[in-house]
Amino acid sequence: MEAISLQARGRSRRRLVENRVAVAVAVLAALFAVAMLGILVGSVLARARGALSSELFTRGPAVFGQAGGGIAPAFVGTSILIGIATAIALPVGVLVAIYVNEFARKRVARQVKLWLDVLNGFPSIVIGIFVFELAVAAKVPLIGIGHHQSAWAGGFALSIIMVPLVSRTTIEVLALVPRELREASYALGVSKWRTVTSVVLPTAIGGIVTATTLAVARAAGETAPLLFTCSIFGQVVSTNPNGSLASVPVIIFEYSESPDRNLNAQAWAAAFVLIAFVLVTSLAARVVLERSRRKLGRV
Amino acid sequence: MEAGASEPSVLRRTRHLGDRIGDLGLAALAAAAAALALVVIAAIVWKLIDGAWPAIRHFGIAFVWHQTWNPVTGVFGAREFVIGTLVTSFGAMLLAAPLSIAIALFLTELAPPAIRVPIATLVEMLAAVPSVVVGLWGIFVLGPFMRSSIEPFLSRSFGWIPLFSGSPSQAGVLVAIVVLTIMTIPITSAVCRELFLSVPRDVKEASIALGATRWETVRGVVVPYVRGGIVAAITLGLGRALGEAIAVTQVIGNSLRPFPLSLFGQGNTLASQLASSYQSAPTNIELQSLVSLGVILLAITFGSNVIAQRIVARFELQRAGGW
Repeated sequence: MEAISLQARGRSRRRLVENRVAVAVAVLAALFAVAMLGILVGSVLARARGALSSELFTRGPAVFGQAGGGIAPAFVGTSILIGIATAIALPVGVLVAIYVNEFARKRVARQVKLWLDVLNGFPSIVIGIFVFELAVAAKVPLIGIGHHQSAWAGGFALSIIMVPLVSRTTIEVLALVPRELREASYALGVSKWRTVTSVVLPTAIGGIVTATTLAVARAAGETAPLLFTCSIFGQVVSTNPNGSLASVPVIIFEYSESPDRNLNAQAWAAAFVLIAFVLVTSLAARVVLERSRRKLGRV
Repeated sequence: MEAGASEPSVLRRTRHLGDRIGDLGLAALAAAAAALALVVIAAIVWKLIDGAWPAIRHFGIAFVWHQTWNPVTGVFGAREFVIGTLVTSFGAMLLAAPLSIAIALFLTELAPPAIRVPIATLVEMLAAVPSVVVGLWGIFVLGPFMRSSIEPFLSRSFGWIPLFSGSPSQAGVLVAIVVLTIMTIPITSAVCRELFLSVPRDVKEASIALGATRWETVRGVVVPYVRGGIVAAITLGLGRALGEAIAVTQVIGNSLRPFPLSLFGQGNTLASQLASSYQSAPTNIELQSLVSLGVILLAITFGSNVIAQRIVARFELQRAGGW
């Protein structure tokens, strides 16, 4: 009697091998993506080490060709730019979300969400040119003062990037606020605007903060909107938003193409600070968002 | 008015004037903010066309396929940049699409559940790396690596194809394609992942119960279930690649010569030409021609994004990835 073998043969064997290969390819692809992140962060870490010093944060650029110096003006400038952008994008973004969630009819709400996605899909360099046309090249400048670049213009450009990000996440979080909370408030005779401002928004505040944090993390690294609006700046720390201010991404962009090795090294150091800020804040925001999502979903 | 008049006086008295103003005020304010989003979109389109108008008038529609870009003679045409944008973006998607689909399959079907979310988060973090940092890395790490390892290999093995001919260089079209691939993988794989998650468990289990292997289930059930969505996911990634200015400028070489036949050559794209000419103080007609490039770029990305969003909207995804 012939022994029956359980070993797959012929067609079955081919199917199993095919399956193995497919699984292996998928694993390799995932490994590739994770490795890419590792290599990117690793390179930045390795190359930034030499140039990371307290001078980087406290000094302006050194005289051309000389060693030392820092990019203090860029850190100050980026903070101001982000401040301006957030001051515009946070209220607008949250109001859009309130409209979509609390006031708009379903069809209108869908339309608004589509616009937000369209705006989010605009290339950031195009937004930079738009603000350039509006503020710098326009006959009557609508933003900032005079026909020149300014932090107002740069911050405004960044806020256009931030609004869709703030809105989309806030919409999602507001939708998670339980109906019962709103109904309880109405049942007590509370008006709609009071319900929104003292019940819905406080419940969703965690989510709104995270949404803003994610948008800030994104805007902090944006270079393209600033090139035409806020990129011609001096060498010293300035806090005057009527003029153009240095910013970390624009400095990295310029120093990366500089023939000066000292500046290349500073670009890596600045990239390290930027990447650390962006990754830590967006990772933290992601975790908090996931938490509040689960918490709100449970109520 | 009519409704107000017929309201019982008791109720009317309880509705404070402040509340009525507040309700109306908040509704108006919120609606205005939403309208502002539309106004900004319209203003962007209008201001760009307005700024480009003299050049459009001067060169006509032929601007789009005219080859020269010569600031000295004042003759401008967008062809090389349009070609550059399309070649780099489609090239990137050719690499990114299969990788992204494979990553999404790994994250939804194959990986042990415990590591799915952490790895998905790591892949999403790749999208959080600012493009200027990716470009910096492209200049100093990826570029030299491509020149010393990848490109010589390609040229040895496939040198008879014009695409891989010529001498390796550390700044060029291929480096830009790889950079764009890295930048588009997170968004495409995040959308694909949520698409695959939306496939009902039942149909997958039915397929497994019939004796199909995992791969056969993926190929025969999961992928067909969301096929249109995958196309949209790739188109969303494409939209990202088309509009990327900074990282591409840093690695593509910004050449104004005709777009190279070889991927090792230096080129330019619509977005990178814009980003690289920010510091020059161009003449009026050059500036208007630059803005015209912006108009073309806007039209291309707008088209691809709207199509993609419409398809994706059909699937009612969670969009937890923040794309």
